[in-house]
Amino acid sequence: MMAKTVTSRAGSLDRRGLTDEQLVAMLRNMLLQRQIDNRGFQLNRQGKIPFALGSEGHEAIQAGAAMAFVRGKDVLAPYYRDLGLVLGCGFTPLEMLNSMFARAADRSGGRQFPNHYTNKDLGLLSISSIIAAHVPHAVGVAYAFTYRGESGRAVLTTTGEGATSEGEWHESVNFAAVHKLPVVFLVENNSFAISTPQSAQMAIQNVADKAAGYGIPGVICDGMDPIASYAAVHEAMERARTGGGPTLVEAKCYRYLSHSTDDDDRTYRDRAAIEEARKLDPVPVFERVLLEAGVIDEERVKALKADVLRDTNEATDTAESFGYPSPSDLYTNVYEGPFEPWQ
Amino acid sequence: MNNVDAVRATLHDALVNDDRTLIMGEDVGARGNVFLITKGFLEEFGPKRIIDTPLAEASIVGVAVGMAMEGLRPIAEIQFADFIYPAFNQIVGEAAKTRYRSNGDYTCPLVIRTPYGGGVRGALSHSVSIEALFYHVPGLKILAPSTPADIKGLLTAAIEDPDPVLFLEHKKTYRSVKGEVPEGRYVIPIGKADIKKPGRDVTVVSYGYNVHQALDAANRLEGENISIEVIDLRSIRPMDKGTILASVRKTRKLLIIHEDNKFGGIGAEISAMVAEEAFFELDAPIRRLCGPDVPAMGYALPLEEEFMISTDRMLRAMRDLAAF
Repeated sequence: MMAKTVTSRAGSLDRRGLTDEQLVAMLRNMLLQRQIDNRGFQLNRQGKIPFALGSEGHEAIQAGAAMAFVRGKDVLAPYYRDLGLVLGCGFTPLEMLNSMFARAADRSGGRQFPNHYTNKDLGLLSISSIIAAHVPHAVGVAYAFTYRGESGRAVLTTTGEGATSEGEWHESVNFAAVHKLPVVFLVENNSFAISTPQSAQMAIQNVADKAAGYGIPGVICDGMDPIASYAAVHEAMERARTGGGPTLVEAKCYRYLSHSTDDDDRTYRDRAAIEEARKLDPVPVFERVLLEAGVIDEERVKALKADVLRDTNEATDTAESFGYPSPSDLYTNVYEGPFEPWQ
Repeated sequence: MNNVDAVRATLHDALVNDDRTLIMGEDVGARGNVFLITKGFLEEFGPKRIIDTPLAEASIVGVAVGMAMEGLRPIAEIQFADFIYPAFNQIVGEAAKTRYRSNGDYTCPLVIRTPYGGGVRGALSHSVSIEALFYHVPGLKILAPSTPADIKGLLTAAIEDPDPVLFLEHKKTYRSVKGEVPEGRYVIPIGKADIKKPGRDVTVVSYGYNVHQALDAANRLEGENISIEVIDLRSIRPMDKGTILASVRKTRKLLIIHEDNKFGGIGAEISAMVAEEAFFELDAPIRRLCGPDVPAMGYALPLEEEFMISTDRMLRAMRDLAAF
């Protein structure tokens, strides 16, 4: 079974059923993601936050995938490089900045690293930093949907390509395939796991080809194209919602920045390759696509950019003004109810 | 009823009483578990609730964590405790931290049952004790009851508990230990030790199969006018500090017995705790009788017997301490 490839045709707008409003929402999501990403790195370099992690280059796949997610029904088990995806699923810039500043108001109470989102109201699962450890959880949630007979609901779980080397990723896809569960395994393939290239990770070109070993469909999409990304993830989610079982979707994208503020990719990546890849930067490219198609005009683009900058600034100022958790907060939520630590 | 019957009856009650419960593990379906604990469950409750999983321990626990986060009450089985290592990350890194890392946004009401312990010719990989590998981890609860009644009360509590519980069943007690079990709903609060035999001269703290040997030894010593108090820990985490300290303050002598090896074992923590809290009330140094500091017991009978703590060794340790 060869992986199927999804692209939207270059040159003309193949909108795959998306309305103007949805297309503009995707562009806004991508601009906001880029803005907050930059803000994280700025705050880190200013010494205001200890750590930041960027998703630059993943904007298109994440805006597309978020558009395929149905709020209030679907569940998302993301990985840590999913800023745009969680924003697109309803996470707010303020929640994101609260997390970066490790404020008490953060949903995890300032416990989690930035980009380790949780929001049960949005159906956003809590994750750790352990690669692929959340993938079996996604499968368990999908099992619960089937168990309770809740058709029309699906789980979207994401990883990078490196995560597909993990045993827990394999076990999860296999379990979901055996039980034909409503879950989509989205792999955002940016070809690097910190410094390790895909060629050191696996002996195949396409992660999607792994699907054949589980007896499920494998799909490749252009992860630099939000419309193609939406189409691939939407089709997979619909298959899951209607009893068709899991799908492995591989989105080919790129990581423009270092792994995190603690990484320096000059030690392992060629600058020229990054500059070459910058020409394909999905944010300006999609802006141009929508302008050329007449979906949006220059005026609206300017307004959108001002809008996301204002949102980001407001979220930054508000989060910065909030307080840290108190030392006594270290001792809560270990178990349900009162807890007396052993001493 | 014996310990296997108690586990089986308690699981059955849970499946009957709560639609959210399901059992998942290797060979729990048609085979009815390798000890026949779930025999007949597949026919009665169907394959959606009695899941023969792929042979993959990390996902047995990992998928169960997801189910628990989504509101089900999964009971995951690891066929033998020795096979739990591939699931270590899901237990320690995920289940134990779900509530904590999400600050209560998500919870993980999950039970992981597993048979452990030696003395059944299980060799290196069907005999281990795993409790010390997990008792270091806040966020987990660890139970190791030794009698049918305690199994019923504590397994029921574990299944109803809102947090992840590792439930350990000593294989050698499965069919050898019998006892009465209360009818109807019966719950023992987690974290309470049980004084299985009151005594004056020496406190023995133990759990699992060793409890039964310690009781046998203690009963024999009655004839020598040595009075041993035997405490069955039952709950390893949380640990019942109060019952241990009250007993030690009375007898002023403490012997800890466990099959798991000594270094860094449960007894090390109990010893440290008693030394910190009741040092000046002790009349003798704390003693620990534990498995030897080797990787595992062997298949050959002498290698197994050398590893397991004999009742004779318990008798000697109790007499020594009583005479100190």
